[in-house]
Amino acid sequence: MSNNWGVIRFIARRLALGLFTLFVVSLVVFAATQLLPSDPAQAILGRDANAVSVAALRTKLGLNHTAFYQYTHWLKGMLTGNPGDSFNAQIPILSYISDRVVNSLFLLFLASVISIPMSLWFGAYSARKRDTLFDNVTSNTMLALASLPEFVVGIVLVLVFSLRVWHLLPAVSTIGIHKGPWSDMKGMILPTATLVIGAVPYISRVVRASMIEVLESDYVEMARLKGAPEKVVLWRHALPNALGPVFQVIALNIAYFAAGVIVVEALFNYQGIGGALRDSVRVRDIPVIQFLVMVLAAVYVVTNLAADVATVLVTPRLRTRMR
Amino acid sequence: MSAADITAADPGTVPEVVSRKPPGVIRVAYRMWRTRVGTFIVALLAAIALFGHLIAPYGERAAVGLPFKPAGKTRKHTIFGSAKVGHDVWTRFLYGGKPILIAAVLATLLALVLGTLVGLVAAYNRGKLDDVLMRLMDIILALPQIISALIVISMFGATTILIILTVGISTVPRIARVTRGAAVSVVERDFVAAAESLGESRFRILRSELLPNIAAPLLVEANLRLTFSIGLISGIAFLGFTPDPGAANWGLMINENRQGVLGQNPWGVILPVIAIALLTIGTGLVGDGLSRAAAGIDRSKGGDL
Repeated sequence: MSNNWGVIRFIARRLALGLFTLFVVSLVVFAATQLLPSDPAQAILGRDANAVSVAALRTKLGLNHTAFYQYTHWLKGMLTGNPGDSFNAQIPILSYISDRVVNSLFLLFLASVISIPMSLWFGAYSARKRDTLFDNVTSNTMLALASLPEFVVGIVLVLVFSLRVWHLLPAVSTIGIHKGPWSDMKGMILPTATLVIGAVPYISRVVRASMIEVLESDYVEMARLKGAPEKVVLWRHALPNALGPVFQVIALNIAYFAAGVIVVEALFNYQGIGGALRDSVRVRDIPVIQFLVMVLAAVYVVTNLAADVATVLVTPRLRTRMR
Repeated sequence: MSAADITAADPGTVPEVVSRKPPGVIRVAYRMWRTRVGTFIVALLAAIALFGHLIAPYGERAAVGLPFKPAGKTRKHTIFGSAKVGHDVWTRFLYGGKPILIAAVLATLLALVLGTLVGLVAAYNRGKLDDVLMRLMDIILALPQIISALIVISMFGATTILIILTVGISTVPRIARVTRGAAVSVVERDFVAAAESLGESRFRILRSELLPNIAAPLLVEANLRLTFSIGLISGIAFLGFTPDPGAANWGLMINENRQGVLGQNPWGVILPVIAIALLTIGTGLVGDGLSRAAAGIDRSKGGDL
C-alpha cells in the first residue's frame, strides 16, 4: 500500500512542474507585448490616426498601467475565460475562435483515431517480422516519410489526388460558418491524411524499437517456451509491456499535431486555430497570438503530464521503484 | 570521432595508429548503402543550393513573361516556364535553396554547441545545477518549435538572424537531453576520476574526457535535428514568413506558385517540393546510417526520438 503514496507524490510533482512551466510560458508570451517595437494602439489604428483616439484606445487596452498590472489583469482574463478582444477583428477572442477550436479538435480527433492504432499495428507487426522483406520495406518507407516536412506531404497529396493526376478530392476545405467540420467530410480527407502520414512513421518506429526490446526479454522467451502461440505472445505478453514508451509517443504525437495543424491548416485553408495563429502573426494581432499560444502550450503540457502518469501506472517496475 | 576521421575516409591513407582504435561511427556508417545514397543526395542538393545561382540563366528577380506560363509560352526562352510575377521557375529554383540550407545548418550548429555544453555541464555537476538546467530545458520544450518561431516573428519580423537564433535555441534542449543521457554514465567511469585526481580543469575534462565518448549519439542527434531544422525553416517560409518576400526561397515558392498548379504551370511547385523532399530524405538516410552504426559499436542507444 505504501506504493500508492509514491505514485501520488509523483503525480503531484509532475503537476506542479507542469503549472510552473505554463506560468513561465505565460511570462514569455506576455513579454511579447512589452517588447513590441511599436505602440499597439498606434498599430491598430494606423499611422495616420489622431492622438486623441490613440490615447483613448491606450486607455481601453489598459496600456497606461504598469506592466505588472497588465500582466495580472491579462492572466486573470485568461483564467476566467475572458481573454479580451482581437486587435484586428475588434470582437472578443472567444467568439472569433470558438468555431475554429471545434474545427481543429475534429481534425485532431480524426487524425489521432487513425494514426494511433495504425502505428501500433505497423510497429508491432514489423517488430515481429523483424528483418523480413515486410520489415525492410516498411522501415525504409517510414524513414523516408518521417524525414519529410508535413507541407511537402500535403502538397504532394494535393498534386496527386486533387489538382494534377486525379481530380478526386477538394484541394481546399470549405467549412460553412457554424455548420461544423463534419458538414464537409470530403474536404477533411486530405488534411487528415497529411497529419496521419506525418505522424505514423514517427510513432511506428518508436513502437517497433520498444517492441523489439520486449520481444528479446526473458519473460517473452518464457511465454514461448511454455508453448503459447506466437499471436498470444505478441498481443498478450509483449505489447502491454511495450506500452509505457507508447504512451509517451502518443503524447508526443498529439503535441506534434498541435504544431502540425499550423502548416496543414494554412495549406488547406482549413478554418482552425492553426490557420488563425498564422493569420494573426501576419497582422500582428497580439491578443489572439497570446491566447492561441497559451492554449497550444497547455495542450502540450497536459498531454505530457497524462503520458507520464499513464506510463507509471502501466509499468509495474516503475510503480514499485518509486520512493 | 574527430575531424580526422571524416577526412580519413580513404582506407589507403589511414595511418597505422588509427587502425588500433575501434572503427569510428562515421566509417562504420559509410559502409552502409543508405549512408552513401544519403550523402550523395545531400551533396547534390547542397551543390544546387549553394552554387546553383552561378548557372542561373536569368537574374533572381528578372521577368521572363506573364506569370504561370508553361515553357514555350513565355516571352524569353525557359525550361520550366514562368512563376509568380513572371519570374523564371528554373532561375528561382537555383536561387531558392541557399537561404534554407544556410539557416538550417547554422541553427543546428548553434544548437549543437549550446546543447552539448548544457548537457555536459548538467551530467558532470549533477545535483542542483543539473536540476535547474534540465528544468529550464523542459520549459523551452513546452512550446513546439514552430510556435516559438511564430512568436518571435510576430514581434520582430522574419529576419534571417532571428530565424536562426529561434530555431537554434529551441533545438538546444533536444540536444542537451541526449548529451546528458549519454554523458551521465561516462562521468562515473574511472578515467574521469583519474583526470580529476590529476587536477585537470573542468573544461578540459568536459572536452577531452567526456565529449569524445558521447560523440556517436551526439552525431546521430545533430543529424536528426538538421533534418527537422530544414523542414521547420522551409515550413516557416511556406507560411509566408521570409526575410525578403521578393527573394527566391523553396518554401515560399511552393506557397506562391500554387495558383500555377491550377493553371498551366505546376513546375513552380513541383521543383521545390522535389528539392526539399530529397534534401530531408537524404539527411534522414545519413542519420539512419549513423544511428545504425552507433548502435552497432556500443549497444547504448542514443537519440531514439
